[in-house]
Amino acid sequence: MKFYLEVWRQKGPESGGKLEQYEANDIPAEASFLEMLDIVNEDLTAKGIEPIQFDSDCREGICGNCSLTINGIPHGPGRGTTCQLYMRKFRDGQIITIEPFRADSFPVERDLVVNREAYDRIMQAGGFITERAGSAPDANSVPIPKVVADVAMDAAACIGCGACAAACPNGSAMLFVSAKVTHLGLLPQGKPENHRRVLNMVRQMDQEGFGNCSNYYACEAVCPAGIPASFIARMNREFSFASLKESVGVPL
Amino acid sequence: MTLDSQIPAGPLDKKWTSFKNTSKLVNPANKRKFDILIVGSGLAGAAAAATLAEQGYKVKCFCYQDSPRRAHSIAAQGGINAAKNYQNDGDSVYRLFYDTIKGGDFRAREANVHRLAEVSNQIIDQCVAQGVPFAREYGGLLDNRSFGGAQVSRTFYARGQTGQQLLLGAYSALSHQIALGNVQMYSKTEMMDLVIVDGHAKGIVVRDMTTGEITSHAGDAVLLCTGGYGNVFYLSTNARGCNVTATYRAYKRGALFANPCYTQIHPTCIPVSGEYQSKLTLMSESLRNDGRVWVPKRKEDCSKDPKDIPEEARDYYLERKYPSYGNLAPRDISSRSAKEVCDDGRGVGPGGLGVYLDFADAIKRLGKHVIEERYGNLFEMYLNITGESAYERPMRIYPAVHYTMGGLWVDYNLMSNVPGLHVLGEANFSDHGANRLGASALMQGLADGYFVIPNTISIYMATQFGKKVDAKAPAFQEAVDAVKARVQKLMSIKGTRSVDSFHRELGKLLWEKCGMARDKKGLEEALRRIPKLREEFWTNLKLLGSAEGLNMELERAGRVADFLEFGELMCLDALNRNESCGGHFRTEYQTPEGEALRDDENYGYVAAWKYEGDNTPPTLLKEPLAYEEVKLATRSYK
Repeated sequence: MKFYLEVWRQKGPESGGKLEQYEANDIPAEASFLEMLDIVNEDLTAKGIEPIQFDSDCREGICGNCSLTINGIPHGPGRGTTCQLYMRKFRDGQIITIEPFRADSFPVERDLVVNREAYDRIMQAGGFITERAGSAPDANSVPIPKVVADVAMDAAACIGCGACAAACPNGSAMLFVSAKVTHLGLLPQGKPENHRRVLNMVRQMDQEGFGNCSNYYACEAVCPAGIPASFIARMNREFSFASLKESVGVPL
Repeated sequence: MTLDSQIPAGPLDKKWTSFKNTSKLVNPANKRKFDILIVGSGLAGAAAAATLAEQGYKVKCFCYQDSPRRAHSIAAQGGINAAKNYQNDGDSVYRLFYDTIKGGDFRAREANVHRLAEVSNQIIDQCVAQGVPFAREYGGLLDNRSFGGAQVSRTFYARGQTGQQLLLGAYSALSHQIALGNVQMYSKTEMMDLVIVDGHAKGIVVRDMTTGEITSHAGDAVLLCTGGYGNVFYLSTNARGCNVTATYRAYKRGALFANPCYTQIHPTCIPVSGEYQSKLTLMSESLRNDGRVWVPKRKEDCSKDPKDIPEEARDYYLERKYPSYGNLAPRDISSRSAKEVCDDGRGVGPGGLGVYLDFADAIKRLGKHVIEERYGNLFEMYLNITGESAYERPMRIYPAVHYTMGGLWVDYNLMSNVPGLHVLGEANFSDHGANRLGASALMQGLADGYFVIPNTISIYMATQFGKKVDAKAPAFQEAVDAVKARVQKLMSIKGTRSVDSFHRELGKLLWEKCGMARDKKGLEEALRRIPKLREEFWTNLKLLGSAEGLNMELERAGRVADFLEFGELMCLDALNRNESCGGHFRTEYQTPEGEALRDDENYGYVAAWKYEGDNTPPTLLKEPLAYEEVKLATRSYK
């Protein structure tokens, strides 16, 4: 197969960038999108052009490292990460535009590589259950109904890739934050810290410059882990209640 | 030099307890004075960083990914073993210990493995307390499934994403400690060398992958939790970035590399489809709980639609050869059996390199919805990659490199022969012998990080009061200069071949000569060809861009340069071991039925290699494996 690529090239975080045109020749239909870029990079190297820098690691859809916007859609057409996108999904001869994830809170470092440390800082603000290795009771001492554990798992499946914020017109990270708030908040082990957690995580999210949710649901549409936007409503409910408690001076 | 494994005295099942009762401790006020450098943020690294920080040590943690949450532990699918015996099926700490020793083909250290089995139960408790959403039954209690090499159901799981959930648990604990200021996290930072001061590991040299800056960090101890070296084969189930650099650099600084030839080939991966392929995708071994492995009995049937091959024309070869374990035979045995039937010309799919994993019977027995609930995400992944639905037709699978049992040599305290240098998880050699059982990697990574190192590190730390090393010591500057010079050298070659082309060539050579089956002739050939390839690499590598700023080709070049040296060590070890055991199958040493033929008398030892210089062969040191509890037996899964 053959493709005409328009790829975002940017030297460094401070410099401007622009789309460059490259051809992708002799691409097997079974190749993944990233393997197509590998082939293009080998071609570029042979021609003495610096290869395109892009993030990827596990290449099986779970590490959340790949972060390409393809034809305007984070992770491209279909559900799944960029690494799980295969070239047979494209038409021979198609023009493909490749940009990094676009969100104010994810500054571009070079070419298609963005900095997503903001998500780490949100996790540090409250995305945990306070416990100490060695202090846990027997794992079966607290039964958790299967239906609850299943929803917690649905939420915990988030891979932290940032596609939600990149897809959102407001650059909102609420799908990401609500997934963690839901996962830990549903489990009996997480409940003691529910209110502190939601307040701290949402405040950190605001501080990082992420916007708010205004119900576009673009996040849900691109999420490779299938996190539903209904978790945002759950988080808002939890947040309102926690804020109310805080405002009347209830210790959290 | 003799290898002292520091195994505590006393009966096997009392060793860990007596160790804890009598080992040296460091009081909380003193822990604050110690800086610990941890390289890697996977299960072992993140768990160790979080736990040591909880205890009061000052921790710096480094990872090459852009976030500690992306370490490759995240990709483990199937589950984690523990001896809880929640299923009332006869499991116990002893059985988990014995299965692991036997699964490792009697090439692991008894005391370490028993300790692993002992702490396994605590890991599950710890993870549940962190909020890991393990699978549960309707009554709210934890569910289990069975895995290869065991006749009990002792595996805990979170759908097909157990590694992800366990890693996110450790990452959340790590995040908490970062927020408290107890851990300083350095993402996108790659370890380039180890710094030794007066014979002790006291620092590391790192490269900031974003700016290209090369600096050093000083500490009171160094922990390498940097995973395995499976990517030496280029194609493996490892992440693209997984590499041997940290452990190999430590080896070149004097740490012993143990059993490098023990590599695990996982039986259930999606077969290779082309030259351009960048990695292989694993299908969890848990699939073998419900899937039946087969190939056609007759070569003529191989190209037929599997639906048109009647039951009597199918060879369910694992069930036939190993009736008591059947499709759940251990990984090395299953992989080798797949190779045998394919070598026999009965493989299916492109190039005849594949076997069927068939769910038709399980779907008939349990219903599609049950299979979907158990393996839904794996079936989806398979569909996405191959364009075929495994609900409709059997999956095609083939073995691929997955895990490496070899690693830096460590004693019972997880300390290498270099004082202060500790090695955890897949990066060390200690627990899996010559073959790892499924769902045991997660167990070992977390055991080392949460429960072993927090207890054993004090042995070393208690000797280090008042011995803080100054980061201005000459050893640091020397190491930094050496790393800078090496980077410059790579950049200045200006040849014509890309990094990946060298890596692919090395990988193919090793897969053919030091892969699922090895022999003397092939290994000798590899040992002749690797130095030539390495020489070409250092004279004909083409790298563009600069060493300042982000340059992924340069990162890869550094790693491939180390693989080009390490591959040789691996072949040397495989050539030395004139026996077959676990993942190391030398075709000259097999039983008439084609099973691995061990030689306990001559090779019942850990092979630990000592670096002697670039142009001198390494020295072999042997740690004899003394079995006090277990009787050595021929491994049988029939």
